[in-house]
Amino acid sequence: MQNNQFSPKLSKVLKSKGLSAFAAALLSIALGLIFGFIVMIIAKPENSWYGFTNMLFGGFGRLGDVFYFATPILMTGLSVGFAFKMGLFNIGASGQYTMGMFFALYAGFMFDLPSGIHLIVCILAGMIGGMLWGFIPGILKAFANVNEVITSIMFNYIGMYLVDMLIQQNATMYVSSKTRTAYLPASAQLPSLGVPDSNVNISIFIAIFIAIVLFIVLNKTTFGYELKATGFNKNASKYAGMNDKRNTILTMLIAGALSGLGGAFAILAPSTIPGSSMTYEPINVIAANGFNGIAVALLGSSNPIGIIFSAIFISHIQRGGTIVSSFFGYKPEIIDIVVAVIIYFSAFAMLMNANVAKMIKKRRLAKAVQSINSNQAAADETPQDKKEA
Amino acid sequence: MENYIIEMLHITKEFPGIIANDDITLQLKKGEIHALLGENGAGKSTLMSVLFGLNQAENGEIRKNGQVVQINNPKDANNLGIGMVHQHFRLVEIFTVLENIILGVEPSKMGFLEKKEARDKVVKLSKQYGLQIDPDAVVEKISVGMQQRVEILKMLYRENEILIFDEPTAVLTPQEIDELMEIMRGFAKEGKSILFITHKLNEIMSVADRCTVLRKGKYIGTVEIKNTNKEELSRMMVGRDVNFTVEKKEQQLGDVVLEVRNVTVPSRISKKDAVKNISFEVKAGEIVCLAGIEGNGQSELITAITGLEKLSKGKVSLCGNDITKTNIRNRSKSGVSHIPEDRHKHGLVLDYSLEENLILQRYWQPEFHRQGFIKKQAVRSYAEGLISKFDIRSGQGPVSIVRGMSGGNQQKAIIAREIDKEHKLLIAVQPTRGLDVGAIEFIHRQLVATRDAGKAVLLMSLELDEVMDVSDRILVMYEGEIVGELNPKETTAQELGLYMSGAKRNTVKEKEYAE
Repeated sequence: MQNNQFSPKLSKVLKSKGLSAFAAALLSIALGLIFGFIVMIIAKPENSWYGFTNMLFGGFGRLGDVFYFATPILMTGLSVGFAFKMGLFNIGASGQYTMGMFFALYAGFMFDLPSGIHLIVCILAGMIGGMLWGFIPGILKAFANVNEVITSIMFNYIGMYLVDMLIQQNATMYVSSKTRTAYLPASAQLPSLGVPDSNVNISIFIAIFIAIVLFIVLNKTTFGYELKATGFNKNASKYAGMNDKRNTILTMLIAGALSGLGGAFAILAPSTIPGSSMTYEPINVIAANGFNGIAVALLGSSNPIGIIFSAIFISHIQRGGTIVSSFFGYKPEIIDIVVAVIIYFSAFAMLMNANVAKMIKKRRLAKAVQSINSNQAAADETPQDKKEA
Repeated sequence: MENYIIEMLHITKEFPGIIANDDITLQLKKGEIHALLGENGAGKSTLMSVLFGLNQAENGEIRKNGQVVQINNPKDANNLGIGMVHQHFRLVEIFTVLENIILGVEPSKMGFLEKKEARDKVVKLSKQYGLQIDPDAVVEKISVGMQQRVEILKMLYRENEILIFDEPTAVLTPQEIDELMEIMRGFAKEGKSILFITHKLNEIMSVADRCTVLRKGKYIGTVEIKNTNKEELSRMMVGRDVNFTVEKKEQQLGDVVLEVRNVTVPSRISKKDAVKNISFEVKAGEIVCLAGIEGNGQSELITAITGLEKLSKGKVSLCGNDITKTNIRNRSKSGVSHIPEDRHKHGLVLDYSLEENLILQRYWQPEFHRQGFIKKQAVRSYAEGLISKFDIRSGQGPVSIVRGMSGGNQQKAIIAREIDKEHKLLIAVQPTRGLDVGAIEFIHRQLVATRDAGKAVLLMSLELDEVMDVSDRILVMYEGEIVGELNPKETTAQELGLYMSGAKRNTVKEKEYAE
């Protein structure tokens, strides 16, 4: 009887698509945390509980950094998620991110512009850099039907090596004694939000604004309508006369622009030391922020609003992890593993999404059927006996 | 007391916003062919999904040989000897016929597949029941008819004794349907029990022993076929008298709307041309029907006219304007409406809501957006108008997700969209495939109304009745060519059959068109 009162409420809640996606995300996160904790117990049992709680809550003490590091993965997450909506898997967010960063750096060092305009030019340059790296796989996909996964992976490497080479060759940008880029002029830096000991700057607001704009584009415009239709059913979109080639290129351009902006936001940030800025070290490593974007997008179910929260969450866990590795004697690699486990499980959100609703529903039904059956078993015994007799 | 092998007693199944099955009882005797009749959305498929364990009923019980059983999933159903041939086949396309049949119950020794043993059993079964198959053919390359035989063999291989056929004839040619009926009679003779879901009254009359009728989720009755007739069955199913003949006004022929000249279309699967140098025209105010057995180039010809595929030679004009190289959107703008052959593949975005699907051909029109922003209110009221005008039924009206709607209502949505859109030419490709009498009647009336409104209609159909009843002129296609032009008033189904099978041809018309 209790079941019956509970179930209509539950089914009503489960009917809402967004809510079941949210529940799935929470469940994946919980699973990820449990496994992360187990890894920490194995690695260093005596500190595991303090380590784990700090990992979970340490980020709250450094909210500024959480938001600073959330910005680039929010942008790459949007990039991957947006392309997903059209059925494209933009695994090239890293390359686009790196190109965006380089274009922004180049504009920052090589253009001498009045403050105010300079920063905007740098951001736009970053966007264009990313667009360029999204455009080429888009064109190849549209006109030669080359799989975008392959081209964009290749473009990750091309972008990374190209940028590292170009930076090392440029004496204005590169300080060879420090093997890093020089500090950007103040006119090219994003205004800080003034949180002490943190690089957080206005770009987090720009990123959240962009996410909201994307949400509106996807859900309220004819372009979003075409895009999602193509993602759901390519044949039907062709039948309806939608321009598949144009939409593919446009989507990859936008996805590239988003990742490129992520790169620009990351590098144009001011540093905590007055007068300095963030720097880039060309050491032939593909930008992790690009791949983290995939996890962010999956955890957020490719929904721009969901992606805002998933980016902040992943950044939060990563910050917690940094604290744990510096104060609790865990090797940074262990922390990377724990963070990866949590992100990995979080990426199951997509899978869970479909199953959570089903699981709960099934359990509910099984119980109901069981109770009916036990009632019936008693009732059925008599007629059966008669038949056999 | 009767000896029932399967009984479904007082089954009730609810979905959000709709009671799909409301206290339904179905009793299947051993060795009988029992038809389950009902319109689309009457609850036939839901009832069968309950029996097959895909859905669980909220109320009611299932008994086998008098004992209550619980079926939680298809595996349970299979263990009870229940097998099902689904309307949309569940085959692994890249596997061979044999691999598909043994999938899930592969005989093995120490983890190695014992293909020989399986193969012998399959070959024996196929001989025993006259189910012709090639065990080594890859499924994606065999005909729809053979794919169905594979599905049937899957049930036999698992030694099922209760066989469910979910609208098995929807995809078959007339000859294949006759064969299937024969096979089903054979099964019944062997003592297997058959549940036959359909809405084709002729088939029920010819093959079934008894028939249970559902309407709008409710149980209407079970009748002995020998004591009933088509009219009574259709009255039970639809709830009113059904008009089997299509009423048409006197034809008012207008100007040529569609002109096809010397069109050749390459085949998608082989190197041969699927359509060979075809010419014909469709005038305003007439329904021209492309008849023929499936796979004789009709589909390819349609894709060339609608622009879904490119043609290699020839010219297509609409009202005198060459549209051979025009893209799909502009063809649509210039007046081509298209009810596609495969409603799931082309006609609908299944994960979109009904209202979103209803504007699929028009969302770009100023009526529905302001500077790229979709006018939600305009879309909603437009959708509501179409839903009531065309009686499209669904759980939650305009916001229902189309995937959850019944096939007939999905098709109604497409037809509403294509007919309501401004058009000069309506191309309807198998518009009644898999639909019930009520829906077919409705669609035929819509086609005739379109014709009477002075539009040109090009109909492609595999159903002989439809070809004979609806069209004003029949073009028969055989192996990529038009082999005959017939007047349905002056010809017979037998003669049409001769043209369709290639036994008779008449190429006079083609020569006239040749340049």
